[in-house]
Amino acid sequence: MAGSEAQFRRIAEEGRRRIGITLDGVAIDALEGDTVLTAILLTRGHLRVAEFTEAPRAGFCLMGACQDCWVADTEGHRFRACTTYVRDGMAIVTRT
Amino acid sequence: MTAGIVIVGAGPAGIRAAERLIDHGRAPILIDEAPRIGGRIYQQPPADAGSRRDAEALYSTEAAKARDLVTTFERIKARLDYRPGTTVFEISDNRLIALVDGRRAEIGFDRLILATGAMDRIMPLPGWTLPGVFSLGGAQIALKHQGCAIGRRVAFLGSGPLLTLAASQYAKAGIEVAAVVTTSSWSGLALNAIGMAVQLDTAAKGISHIATLLARRVPMIGRACPSQILGTNRVIGLDVLAGGRMQRIDCDAVALGYGLRSESQLAELAGARFAFDREQNQWLPETDDHGRAVGREGLYLAGDGAGIQGADAAELRGKLAANAVLLDLGNAIQDSARELGVLRRWRRFRIALDRAMPFPSGLAKSLPDATILCRCENVTAGEVRAAADQGLKEINRVKAATRLGMGRCQGRVCGAAGAEVLAARLGLSVDSVGRLRAQPPVKPVPIDALAGEAS
Repeated sequence: MAGSEAQFRRIAEEGRRRIGITLDGVAIDALEGDTVLTAILLTRGHLRVAEFTEAPRAGFCLMGACQDCWVADTEGHRFRACTTYVRDGMAIVTRT
Repeated sequence: MTAGIVIVGAGPAGIRAAERLIDHGRAPILIDEAPRIGGRIYQQPPADAGSRRDAEALYSTEAAKARDLVTTFERIKARLDYRPGTTVFEISDNRLIALVDGRRAEIGFDRLILATGAMDRIMPLPGWTLPGVFSLGGAQIALKHQGCAIGRRVAFLGSGPLLTLAASQYAKAGIEVAAVVTTSSWSGLALNAIGMAVQLDTAAKGISHIATLLARRVPMIGRACPSQILGTNRVIGLDVLAGGRMQRIDCDAVALGYGLRSESQLAELAGARFAFDREQNQWLPETDDHGRAVGREGLYLAGDGAGIQGADAAELRGKLAANAVLLDLGNAIQDSARELGVLRRWRRFRIALDRAMPFPSGLAKSLPDATILCRCENVTAGEVRAAADQGLKEINRVKAATRLGMGRCQGRVCGAAGAEVLAARLGLSVDSVGRLRAQPPVKPVPIDALAGEAS
């Protein structure tokens, strides 16, 4: 799978409240106001795998248009990672 | 009787339309998909998250305008029926069908102003689906909305005014800009200076972004032909042909975009008629000077969703669309010869920009067959060419045969390039292969919201 190194780099607004979420069962830290996409890409190099090729994807437009960043939570709800903010206790799954 | 006026989109056009209507005693509904006003250009940090950066840090040269838009909204919001977090996905007769908190909602209207904005216009290249490649607008949103850079060493590839603006914002934020690569020529900008002289302030800002990059010794590569983005599971570089040789740019992220495309699906569903605009090289809804849509009475279009003219023009177009609504409702208002005059200047400025920094249609012909065009459905340039070779000459027929544009994004990302690849194979002009038709829902919605009864 894609390199484990984070794709994004945080450069501002580091004083926000810390929020605990899980990503594919592993606890990760995010900050209040992070989108799910931001939280994931600050942790690793990709967001999900493409349906038809199993190639890694990391979203693209970041503005709710391209629909290339859909992930799910453990309840089975599917949502767009770039327009959804993290919440305490959120349990995200990217391999469905 | 009071007409129900609904505005869709709370960016510069939508807010100015709302302001003018309210100042003339109307109480419109303002619908927006985002949780806060500003649109993409003046997107605000997440509410209540303790963000500290001020307008100068977020919007640099555009800070005063961003602040003014927010101030205006604060002034009018008590008289406005503002509905954030509302995604309109269909228009049926005089009703908007929307998704609110995961549920279907219907909103009726007598007059509808669509101010739906724009997104990046993309020409794919091999490797563009790799993690680390983001749209140019997306790279900017990561920075201003999330306080994040899309990588540690970022290359900017494309054309249009956003290319150097976003790159200079990254450079000023202390992020390493590996290179700024454009298919246009930097001197082409100078050749169109006469056209741009109608908006000197804006032209000067554009030059200041380039100066910022040059002062930081960022490589600026013009007249380039992008070849490929390198990497297997993430970006490790960008190859471009320029000055007669292949140059490799080491980077771990690429911001990609060739100008903007209008977000016009809702206008189409509402019944607007479209025509091909040769300057912008895209299909656009037809309107009169105020923004009244051709093809449907009571429909008004404002801002970049009705053709790209930029954020300053969008504010004017919002006001003018509101004027048209007021005039059509019989309000005795002073019509706006001065505003129409300023808008004409913006149009001339935009034509000069489009000529200096056109969409690189010519790249479509040389894309390798294996290049993915449609990232939703994984359709390649070769598959589109094969469809053309089988006699399909119309983009919607090619969509049916290949699934290009049939995925979740509804052709927003691949539509422009798909039409170019098809036209190039057929030896036709891009307007003669037709236009991808908009289909509801224009954004993915749960099946029960699609089929369900109105709540």
